Amino acid sequence: MRPMTEQRSRVRKTAGQPAPAAAGASAPWSQRLSRLGGGAPIVARWRRAGILFPRVVLFVVLSASSGPFFTKNNLLNILDQQSATLIMAAAGTLVLVAGGIDLSVGANYALSGVVAAQVLQHNSIGLGIAAGVGVGLLVGLANGVITTFFRINSLIATLAMSFIASGIASRVTNGNLLVLTGKPDFAKIARTDFLTVRTSIWIMVICVLLLGVLLARTTTGRYLYAAGGNAEAARLAGVRVKGVRIVAFAASGAAAGIAGIIDASRVLSAQASSGNQLAFTVLAGIVVGGTSILGGDGAIWRTVAGVLFIALVGNGYDLLGVNPLYEQITLGVILLLAVGVDAWSRTQRT
Amino acid sequence: MTTAGREPHVELLNISKRFGGVQALDDVTVRIAAGSVHALVGENGAGKSTLSKICAGVMPPDAGSIVIAGVPVTLRSPRDALLHGIASIAQELALVPHLSVEQNVFLGSEPAAGAFLRPRALRKAFNALAAEAGFDLDPAALVGGLRTADQQKVEILRALSRGASMIIMDEPSAALSGPDTARLHAVIKHLAGTGHTVVLISHFLSEVLQLADTVTILRDGRHVRTAPARDENNASLIEGMLGRTLESVFPDKPPRPSSDAPVVFAASDVTAPGVNNVSIEVRAGEIVGLAGLVGAGRTELARALTGAAPAVSADVRLHGKQVALRSPRHALRRGVVMIPESRKEQGLVLQRAIDENVTLANLSDYSRGGMIGRRREQKAVRGVLEQVRVKAPSLSSPIAGLSGGNQQKTLFARALLCKPSVLVADEPTRGVDVGSRRAIYDLIVEQAQAGVGVVVISSDVEEVLGLAHRVLVMRGGRVVAELTDDQMTEANVLHAAFAEVRPDQTQEPGDATDD
Repeated sequence: MRPMTEQRSRVRKTAGQPAPAAAGASAPWSQRLSRLGGGAPIVARWRRAGILFPRVVLFVVLSASSGPFFTKNNLLNILDQQSATLIMAAAGTLVLVAGGIDLSVGANYALSGVVAAQVLQHNSIGLGIAAGVGVGLLVGLANGVITTFFRINSLIATLAMSFIASGIASRVTNGNLLVLTGKPDFAKIARTDFLTVRTSIWIMVICVLLLGVLLARTTTGRYLYAAGGNAEAARLAGVRVKGVRIVAFAASGAAAGIAGIIDASRVLSAQASSGNQLAFTVLAGIVVGGTSILGGDGAIWRTVAGVLFIALVGNGYDLLGVNPLYEQITLGVILLLAVGVDAWSRTQRT
Repeated sequence: MTTAGREPHVELLNISKRFGGVQALDDVTVRIAAGSVHALVGENGAGKSTLSKICAGVMPPDAGSIVIAGVPVTLRSPRDALLHGIASIAQELALVPHLSVEQNVFLGSEPAAGAFLRPRALRKAFNALAAEAGFDLDPAALVGGLRTADQQKVEILRALSRGASMIIMDEPSAALSGPDTARLHAVIKHLAGTGHTVVLISHFLSEVLQLADTVTILRDGRHVRTAPARDENNASLIEGMLGRTLESVFPDKPPRPSSDAPVVFAASDVTAPGVNNVSIEVRAGEIVGLAGLVGAGRTELARALTGAAPAVSADVRLHGKQVALRSPRHALRRGVVMIPESRKEQGLVLQRAIDENVTLANLSDYSRGGMIGRRREQKAVRGVLEQVRVKAPSLSSPIAGLSGGNQQKTLFARALLCKPSVLVADEPTRGVDVGSRRAIYDLIVEQAQAGVGVVVISSDVEEVLGLAHRVLVMRGGRVVAELTDDQMTEANVLHAAFAEVRPDQTQEPGDATDD
């Protein structure tokens, strides 16, 4: 049956996408640099760019050791596969910066995908997309309201929400794979080439840029840092801490919706179990980029670097024919390094 | 009781201790007689707590020696002190709320056979100990459910179970209600009666006079005198705790605004957690001081007035118009600005840059459609930092790298950018070096000169008197005295704060206007 093959190809792609992880080496570098310089602004800037070093090194190593690596097709392929993860990780960065965490993005991604697929089977594609993004946004808003006004720890609240979203997604699909081969136009959303680059990548770039500007250049972004860095100080300074936190969760939810639609469009199908590990892959990318899990610190470009670093490691291992087992182990080690260095640098600072 | 002829139990000889630029203790010698109640009194920062911590092994002295029962000792840790029979009961009790009374008492020294606890032996040991101390406590009750006075008894029992012969109590009655205080006093008397030595640190002079055999007065880290309690009285203790002219650390006060100067801020019948029906009004250009002991309700009042912890009920008028200050945001928008008590916990976002911290409260002034105009922001930050005399190498470096004084001045900068009409500064010089202190005083005075109504809260009586035109003294959540002109003396403030109120200084609640 057709659904089966569809399913298999999809599974493979999603598995590759949440690529294993890794970029912790960034932090030792940055630390070394900061120790050398003792805090001068230039050194600080170098330190902040530390995440780039391991990437450059990895890039060079892979280019030299694997012929197919340094080809436009391979690199664009990585970006295409990572577009959904990148969008979710960029939005998830807002949540982490604001002092929260969103574990529901994987389930939300799947829910949005299946809702969009379900709706557009009998309606217009536009309505399907609106329904998918709308559901993602609603889940995000619910997360935000629950963690702020009801004061439930965001780790627990979004974990609970991930079960709820998964359950609803299974209910929508009745456990089946929703196949969209009858709607070939839907594939155009992610699979059209524009200026030789796929639209999935373009959508990702636009989302990431928008979120990057939001965090780095707007009052909301500034308040997110303040809310995550010291919520009480921010409140006393007149910042609507709950409001900006809700914005962060809502952005994360909407991003999950967009990501779910992009991937559904890429494989022309959707199923309830597609996002099972995704939340952790997204989180790994954010943290490996150097955004603090404790809030108040981080940046979108860091997250992009972190997600791509993990993807490059995975892609490189694939091309070099390394057993995927080692890829997972590498991801775990890199993640530990990244968080460890973050904790260590905090104790150094105070 | 007399102390004459008793053996000294603990002798603290020529103790000195320095914290950074502050000489907390300077060549202090105190001899504590065995079996006596020895009180330490002094203003905040006089060195009482430092001395008691050195005695309890919490910190080592820089110079001087400790002699216990005639033998010089070195106390490296509280554990060390306990081995020498000295236990300390801090203001913050260190009990495990989910364990029972007996489990807490024997925490870490439970009767056990191998890895197995012996509950019956535990109960037996507890009963013996409680009988000896004369305490009536349910051994199985959970400590978290006990009243504070009983929790203190648990701490005392724990100390006694470790063989403590001397117990240091730091402000034990500060958190107690009237009847509980009486219970605590009975406990202290019982301890002394059974041969234990008690060192009592207290703000409550009547308590000191009632309980202590001997009183040692400290001032600015120096020993003033040690005398039998029966030779002291309220007045003599207060005089000993002060006894010093105001130094020229304060700028000249701007002239007191005349009685027809507009009232910028008037709050009446303010009731909030920790605040009981208080009224306060501030005129343009006036500096009002709020004095009182820690816990008297000053900070709670400030938080109620600035929306940080909205009042249960209040009638607040700003420039004569009635307003409800529901949140800090709401208050800031209307020009009611607070500089909070704890700059690290409530003021600054430590890991963020200096400029971000400065503009946090009025960022929208530099933004259009949500986008921050970095150039305008930077210009404003540079201007205001110059005004508050902060020199920072880079505006984008984390504010955690600034000194305490500069951090505090940065909070003033944030407040100034909000163009306050009322400025409430809670402990504006806490943890600030002497140099920055004067700069902060200058800023406060400048704001008053510019027509801002200023409220200064401080535990440092000198600071309140040196800055304010008018002083309100709080105790137990109420304003108990209003002092102006030549009534503004340290003695009067302390009398009121310590509950020794003279009738002519009392005011009716709700009548906080000028004299």
